[in-house]
Parts: sequence; structure tokens; C-alpha cells
Amino acid sequence: MSGAASGSPRRLRAWRNRLGGATPYILLAPGILWLLAFYIVPVGQMFLFSVSTGKLETGFQLTFGLDAYTNSLTRYGEQFGHSLLYGGIATTLTLLIGFPVAYTIAFRGGRYKNLLLFLVIAPFFTSFLIRTISWKILLGDEGPLLGPLKHVLGIIPADTSLISTPIAVIAGLTYNFLPFMILPLYVALEKIDLRLIEAAYDLYASRWEAFRRVTLPLALPGVFAGTLLTFIPSMGDFVNAQLLGSPKTAMIGNVIQNQFLIQNDYPTAAALSFVLMIGILVTVLAYARFLGTEQLTG
Amino acid sequence: MTTLRTKPSPTGRLMRAFERRALPVFTVLAIGYLLVPIVVMFVFSFNRVDQTLGDGKFNYQWHAFSLEAWLHPLDWPGLGDSLYASLWIAVMSTIAATILGTLIGLALTRYAFKGRGAINSLIFLPMATPELVMGSSLGIMFVATALPPLRDSPVPTLFPFGISTILIAHIMFNISYVVVTVKARLAGFDRRLEEAAMDLGANEWTTFWRVTFPLIFPGIMAAALLAFSLSIDDFIITSFVSGTQNTFPIWVYGIIRNALPPQINVIGSIIFLVAVLAVASSTLRTGRPPR
Repeated sequence: MSGAASGSPRRLRAWRNRLGGATPYILLAPGILWLLAFYIVPVGQMFLFSVSTGKLETGFQLTFGLDAYTNSLTRYGEQFGHSLLYGGIATTLTLLIGFPVAYTIAFRGGRYKNLLLFLVIAPFFTSFLIRTISWKILLGDEGPLLGPLKHVLGIIPADTSLISTPIAVIAGLTYNFLPFMILPLYVALEKIDLRLIEAAYDLYASRWEAFRRVTLPLALPGVFAGTLLTFIPSMGDFVNAQLLGSPKTAMIGNVIQNQFLIQNDYPTAAALSFVLMIGILVTVLAYARFLGTEQLTG
Repeated sequence: MTTLRTKPSPTGRLMRAFERRALPVFTVLAIGYLLVPIVVMFVFSFNRVDQTLGDGKFNYQWHAFSLEAWLHPLDWPGLGDSLYASLWIAVMSTIAATILGTLIGLALTRYAFKGRGAINSLIFLPMATPELVMGSSLGIMFVATALPPLRDSPVPTLFPFGISTILIAHIMFNISYVVVTVKARLAGFDRRLEEAAMDLGANEWTTFWRVTFPLIFPGIMAAALLAFSLSIDDFIITSFVSGTQNTFPIWVYGIIRNALPPQINVIGSIIFLVAVLAVASSTLRTGRPPR
């Protein structure tokens, strides 16, 4: 601790010296042990289950076989594909919608900046499930969106349906994770020193060039954080696919949830979760590398 | 950005018109998109869903204006109990995670020690893991403690699922968020204030409670609020470790197969209004929004 503690009683100082370097570990211990016991150990346990065989009724044996992996990859390739596709499209859409919004709030927000940010996080003040249910109301066959289009304006056929289509699932994912994209983008853009952009203009850069070569590269950390905060939860989501989609639009989350809670097939659920986790980890690392080198060369 | 000099060129003028006109319009539309479901939630909380009048059981279509749901917000079997369980779990997990996370935040910002990198990674990992993976792995571990061979070893059985397993999970995923929030507050902390206190004869204990703690308290409160809101809204992780115990999100997810009572919208609207009031009052008090 600080050397300026000359006024403290000698007894206390001696006690502190005896504790010595142990203090940080004492502070860390309870929380870190909690994380080890309930985050790290479960992942290890999950791996052991993924290489086991058996049923809940007869017990599971650790066989170190890869049956669960080959089974899950061959049987659920389609759902993995849906996760990747819907999650990828939703992430791209949130970036396309979120960037202009974050840019406007950061550079042109003026005195409305705080109000606008407040409105961006307003969805967080209500439940994730209720927001998704609201989308189900909105996109319903006779709902506030399709109803007037069908019966008042008559510009679409009366049997048009959005619910249970991939479009509805992607719309829900995009909606639910949009604030996660806007906030880190805003933080990155807000930090940019305006004099750098001015310098670009002084050096005869056009507005577009200044944006592309100064603003955008400086905003990349925000793009990175935002895409991860959107992509990771949308890959693992099953609520949107369940409430807004149909069995045909099932994502890998729906399969894992079903295998775990309904079938009690823990080896398959574990193998699928493990593949999802590794897949996301590899994607994130590759993406970090890609953006990192872009930043250096661009 | 009127202060910036630009060369007047056709593309430049186009870009500027885009920035001046199109971007604000787009932003307003995007924010409208974010708010529409909240408006729908609020409007449909006044919907009449009366089976005796042939409205069915689902609050998906507008029937007629009614104050019924607002007058009897808990009038549905299981709703009150699940709400009570959610509040209790949120309060308890917030207290525990805030204490554990603040201690980690203090250790990380004010001490040099071996293994800091590993600790930082361990804090980061839960935030980068899909909830689904955390939920299923924790659920599998809880199941494993009730099966051989673990059942026969001296491992305490964490099965059957219930309030305690939900609490364990919520504390786990909240710790990281508390650490990150508290660390952000401690990063801008002026250590000289503590040194001054000690120069004036305060010992470390007194210094901590009279100087350090009051200064980082807003950060701790922000962390606690975040933890509370994450806990009360959590569905995905909870669904893997709740068993037959209902929380409000679990109850909602279960009931919508058979019915969608407007009471769900009423509770959602009340939670929304309380959260907005909480943020608004703290903004008015400090003059700026909490981050």
C-alpha cells in the first residue's frame, strides 16, 4: 500500500506487513472461486458429458467416444446453418442501422445527445420476452402492420404472413440486439478528436475521404465491440426463433434447449453447446485478426 | 459540422446534405423502431381479453379498451408468485454479486500481483460466452452432482433445481458486469485523496470507509442497478437451472403457449415506468445520466 501511511499505528503496519502480498488474493478469492466453481468447472463437466454415452434412466458412462459430436453435426447441420445465417444477417443489419444512428448522436446530437442515448437504451427497461411478444403482436397476420396493408390499402394478398418466417426471426434478433450495437459505436465515435477530421479537410480530403480514412478507422474498436455484442447473443438465442418462427426456422439454441430440457439427452446437448462455444471463439479470434490487420494497413 | 472547412464540390455538397438532412431523419426513424414495441406493450395492456365475450385467450389482436388488467394486475394463477420469486432472486443475487465483484474490482485496480492477466480473462470470459452455453453447462453440472459417480463422492448435491440453483447462476453471470462497472469508476480515482487522509492520521480502515468508499459508491450503485436489471430479466440461463421453480420470465414463456393475458403487458409497463423514473430521478440529482 501507499508509503504515505506514516500516521497509522505501528501495530497496524506490522499486521499489514505480515499480510504482505496476500491482500489482493484475499479480496479476489470469493468472487474468483465462485467463477471457477460455477463457470469453469461446468464447462469442464460439459466436455466430459459430451464424450459420454447413456441415458438419464440408465446413467452416463464416460467413453471418450465422439458419437455425440458426429451425431449432432450430421443431424443438426441445418440448425447450425440457421444460427449462422440469421445471426450474421441480424448483425449486419444492426451495423447498417446502428452506425448512422451512433454517428448522428455523437456528432450532431448537440443538446439532445443524452435524450437520444436514453431513448436508445429504453428497450432495456422492459423485459426481453415482452419486447419479443410485442413483435409477435406487431407482425401478426391481422396485426397493426399487416392488417391495414391487407384490408385498408389492399396492396398485399390477404394470406400474406410474416410470423413463422425467417424474416420475422431476423427482425426480432435485429431489434433485440440493436442497442448493443449502437452503444459501443457511440462510445468509439464520441472519443474521436474532431481536429483529426479537420486536419484531413485541411489536407484537401473530401468529406467522403475524410470519413473513410479518418473517422471509420478510428471507429473500428466500436465496430468490433458492437458486432461481438450482437453476434454472440444472437447466435445462441432461441427465444426469437421460438416465438416468432416455426420449427422450420429452428436455430441451434432451440435444439440445445430441446435436447436438454425435453429429451434429457445431455451428451448431445453438451456436444452441441461445445461446438457452438468453440465455433464462436474461433470466429471471434479470426475476426479480431482481420480487423486488427485492416487497422494497420488501412 | 459547420465549423469544418470544405471545398465546395458537387459530391461534397451531396455529402453535406446527406449529413444535415438524411442522417437526422434516419436516426429518428431508427429510434422510432426501437420504441414501437414498447408502445405496443403499453397500448395492449389496455386491451380487453375476455373469454366470455369471445375475445379468446390471446392478447394478440385488439378487441376493445379495458382497464380490467390494470385494476387486477396479478389476477392470473402463478403470476404473483413468479414475480415475487423474481424480485427476491434479483435482490439476493445483486447483493452477493455486488460484494464479490467490488472486491475483485478493488484488487484489480489497486494492487500489483501475479496472475492479473489470468484473472482479467476469467472476468471477460462469461461476458463473451453465449448465455445458452453458460446455462446448459451449469445445468449439466447440477445434474452431474446428482448422478453416479459424483453422487457417491462427497460432493454436495445441487439438485433438484430451484431458487438456490437460480441464485448460483445469477450471481455467477453478474460478477463480471459488476467488476467492469466498478473498475471503470476506480480508474479515474485520485489516490492522493487517500494519501492526504493518511497524512492527517487516519488509518487504512478509516481511510477506506471515510474517503475511498464514499467516492466509489456511485460506481457500486450503478453496478448494483445493472446486476438487478440483468437478473430480473434473465430468461435463457434461468431456463436451464430453474426446474419447476417459476420466475416472471419463465412463467411468461410457459403461459404463452396456452394464453397471453394482458396482465403481462401491465407488469411490463409498470417495470418500464419504474425503471424510467429511477433513471430520471438519478439524472436530475446528479445532472447527468448514469453510465
